[in-house]
Amino acid sequence: MKLFAMVVVLAVLFTGATLVSCGGSTEFKLGGVGPVTGEAATFGVSTKQGIEMAVAEWNAKGGVLGKQIKLYFADDKGDPAEGATVYTKLIQQDKVSAIVGTVMSKVTLAGAPIAQSSKVPMISPTSTNEKVTQVGDFIYRACFIDPFQGTVGAMFAFNDLKAKKAACIFDVGNDYTKGLSEAFKAKWEALGGQLVGYEAHATGTTDFKAQLTKIIQQKPDVLYVSDYYNDVALIAKQARELGYKGPLVGGDGWDSPELVKIGGAAVENGFFTNHYSPADIRPIVQDFVKKFKDKYNAEPDALAALAYDATYIMLNAVKTAGKADGSAIRDALAKTDLGVVSGQVKFDANRNPIKSAVIIEIKGGKQVYKTTVNP
Amino acid sequence: MGSIINAQQIVNGLQLGSIYALIALGYTMVYGIVRLINFAHGDFYMLGAYAAYGAFFVFNSFMPISGPLAFIVLVIAMGGGGAIALLANRFAYKPLRYKPKLSSLVTAIGVSMFLEYFFSALPVIGPSPRGFPEIIPKQMYTFLGAEISNYVVIDIAVAAILMISLTFLIQRTALGRAMRAVSQDKDAAKLMGIDVERIISWTFLIGGAFAGAAGLLAGMTYPRIQPYMGILPGLKAFIAAVLGGIGNVPGAVLGAYIMGLAETFANAYNSLLGEGIAFVILILVLLVRPTGILGEKVADKI
Repeated sequence: MKLFAMVVVLAVLFTGATLVSCGGSTEFKLGGVGPVTGEAATFGVSTKQGIEMAVAEWNAKGGVLGKQIKLYFADDKGDPAEGATVYTKLIQQDKVSAIVGTVMSKVTLAGAPIAQSSKVPMISPTSTNEKVTQVGDFIYRACFIDPFQGTVGAMFAFNDLKAKKAACIFDVGNDYTKGLSEAFKAKWEALGGQLVGYEAHATGTTDFKAQLTKIIQQKPDVLYVSDYYNDVALIAKQARELGYKGPLVGGDGWDSPELVKIGGAAVENGFFTNHYSPADIRPIVQDFVKKFKDKYNAEPDALAALAYDATYIMLNAVKTAGKADGSAIRDALAKTDLGVVSGQVKFDANRNPIKSAVIIEIKGGKQVYKTTVNP
Repeated sequence: MGSIINAQQIVNGLQLGSIYALIALGYTMVYGIVRLINFAHGDFYMLGAYAAYGAFFVFNSFMPISGPLAFIVLVIAMGGGGAIALLANRFAYKPLRYKPKLSSLVTAIGVSMFLEYFFSALPVIGPSPRGFPEIIPKQMYTFLGAEISNYVVIDIAVAAILMISLTFLIQRTALGRAMRAVSQDKDAAKLMGIDVERIISWTFLIGGAFAGAAGLLAGMTYPRIQPYMGILPGLKAFIAAVLGGIGNVPGAVLGAYIMGLAETFANAYNSLLGEGIAFVILILVLLVRPTGILGEKVADKI
């Protein structure tokens, strides 16, 4: 009797499984990955919301390739080992045609080789580590990498602030701030600007006066400060004390309420680059913010916006490819030219997006949307 | 060279040197009396900054920003630095006074780490940096082509007044005489009826108070305070004390100003090598004069 029951159960399971795989032809399977639990849980939740919202919108418009999109979302728990497991599961078991994920670079780096060897195209919404897309030609990302902010900062200073002479100050012991300043310098000189100072400082120091004195004596029109908000506040104060009155420009390391608390009036006339701002006045952004608020009752952060964008970029590539084939989707991704919430996106040869960044101004102690810069 | 050595850079260096000098004095006094390198000294400086921060908000709630308020904050910063130094001496160093020197040295490192982690764990202080208030409204002057704020003047003046008072105390008072006696020979001083432990306590109190004053000045000048803020200045002030000749009071001041100016010029000359150059100068000086610029010849050094 027991044996009979088992046979029945197995038979039912088998039929069920066959039915599901038959169902595959009527739906497009999209994988999603994010750390919904664990140390980066808020990142994961935002990411999942962004992906789900984009999928729901596409399905409401009739899906992709004439099929409804079925989302298989997996939790990587912010752990590289778990990440490798869920990528394998999505590809081997759920047989997804493409993946949107994941958030943290260290986890993406664990999952990307699996997607690459299975020829499943994937796009990470927010992994900024340069190595991520170097894994292979099936791996893309929706966010710009850190040094790109230096490039955008230089363009903003040159075109919008009309500066002619610039100077940089950065932390010699930190790749993020060094990378931003290097990119700023390269772009600035390419634009034909004059670089009158390029000074480093030691990590953890509080006295920047020697470097700032040297810089300010060259009378720069703009000072590029690629540090994190803590150092930016002190650098701004000391620069103002030494008589510098011009604008300060920096990267998303400035993005903290502490900047104004410590820096006070000194950080006014300061501008920094960021991926996205909910205060961006472009209609596509305002529309997204409104829809997201209606659905989740919260203001979308940059993670939600980038996950939403990454999903749009991927589904758009599937549509262009015309079939659920990995290599065809990959080729379509490479030709992407799509306007999304975080800007107009194209990809360079390293599969990093060339896209616009928003400039946020510190005005009256508040962060105010200033403009969007297209590279 | 105009962009490296000029009035502004000299002012920058003197300002930094004044803060180092106040810290270096505490290192050198304690070393002179008990032959202990008190690595927790940088943390007394941190504590002074936090005491000043707290005192400012308490007193500013019923007092306007004014000279007397700034003076009260200074006294509390010095009191805070002095009190923690006394406590550290009483509970950590005194029990080990006649034990091997290495034990005291390791204990000093322990006290330093304890203070840093204890204060970052305290909910009222916490690990994140805080902005330091403007205790005195900032004003700017232009002098010989240099932009000078009243803070520069205050830093240098407070340091000078405290250093002159200390010299007077050491040279002209009974307490100073006793300090000099203990530093020369503890046992002989004891035979002469000097309460050695009391003199040691006084030394810690004064050294800690100076560090506390430096903490306030640093907080005003570089308005960001955090529990680990004492590590780097503490280390540099220690080096300044060694450069000037550890155990020697004028030497510590000289060493601190050399350190402040060297660091400023080095950073202005090449900020990528930056402070590395300052340390090369230190090594060169010590190669020529191993006991420091004004140091006495003593055999037992740690």
